[in-house]
Amino acid sequence: MANFTPISAAVGGALIGLSAALLMLVNGRIAGITGIAAGIIDPLSNHRLWRATFIVGLVAAPVSAMLLGFALPMPQMPASIVTIAVAGLLVGFGTRLSNGCTSGHGICGMARLSPRSFVATGIFMVAAIVAVAVTRHALGG
Amino acid sequence: MRPLASLVCGFIFGWGLFISGMMLPAKVLGFLDILAIPSGNWDPSLAVVMAAGLAVTLVGYRLARPRRPLFETANQWPTQTAIDAPLVGGSVLFGVGWGLVGLCPGPAIENLATLSPGVVVFVIAMIVGMAAHDVWQARAVAPAKPTFTHAGTADG
Repeated sequence: MANFTPISAAVGGALIGLSAALLMLVNGRIAGITGIAAGIIDPLSNHRLWRATFIVGLVAAPVSAMLLGFALPMPQMPASIVTIAVAGLLVGFGTRLSNGCTSGHGICGMARLSPRSFVATGIFMVAAIVAVAVTRHALGG
Repeated sequence: MRPLASLVCGFIFGWGLFISGMMLPAKVLGFLDILAIPSGNWDPSLAVVMAAGLAVTLVGYRLARPRRPLFETANQWPTQTAIDAPLVGGSVLFGVGWGLVGLCPGPAIENLATLSPGVVVFVIAMIVGMAAHDVWQARAVAPAKPTFTHAGTADG
């Protein structure tokens, strides 16, 4: 497990939890990125501003890290633009259909002990593990 | 005050993803690749991120549940409880897309800061996917008033 980084993972995870807890304690809202993003693009939405500022803060974090001298690595993306686009469509459509993603179901939902979120998290984890097994091992990527 | 508070929350969330390495698709895929366990190359970091995030959120929600939020009249807890086909099907689709690239919505949006062209394509496709779902749902319930879940009651 040469790549295992337990300390930074625990510190980072605790910060994600702090953000989710604060958003509920202060604004009474769930820190689910899918719900926040969807609430911005939904034409019927009337609570856009707090969602938009959350996204601004999210993107500002790595920019501030860079300004403080931390390296901001470029994400490794698949070579095929078709794979990227298909994956993006699946993530967007799927998270809306199931009403949540890694943050909304995986963190906030499971922290509320919602059976829906335990089921969703279990399923998307298994689906992702299968997708990686197929693309990395069966197809030899 | 609400927009300012959520700006701070988004900023903390972003730092959490950055510090934990969860902005990096390679690190996420290193967790999802359980076939790498026998060779010793598996990376369990994502599980630690989730466990720590869950523990802190659990305590925070315990504190929040009996209280009125500081800048809001009431907590907006999700109301859906059904374990139904959209929950299962949507989770499968999301999981496959997540496994193909290693990006879920939070890190995808946050990675826009890197100006990576691949991330820009991914985020545009993700927004198109979200909008396509909403259009499809709006048609499915037309002409009655839209009864699908709006973001206010979504799980996340």
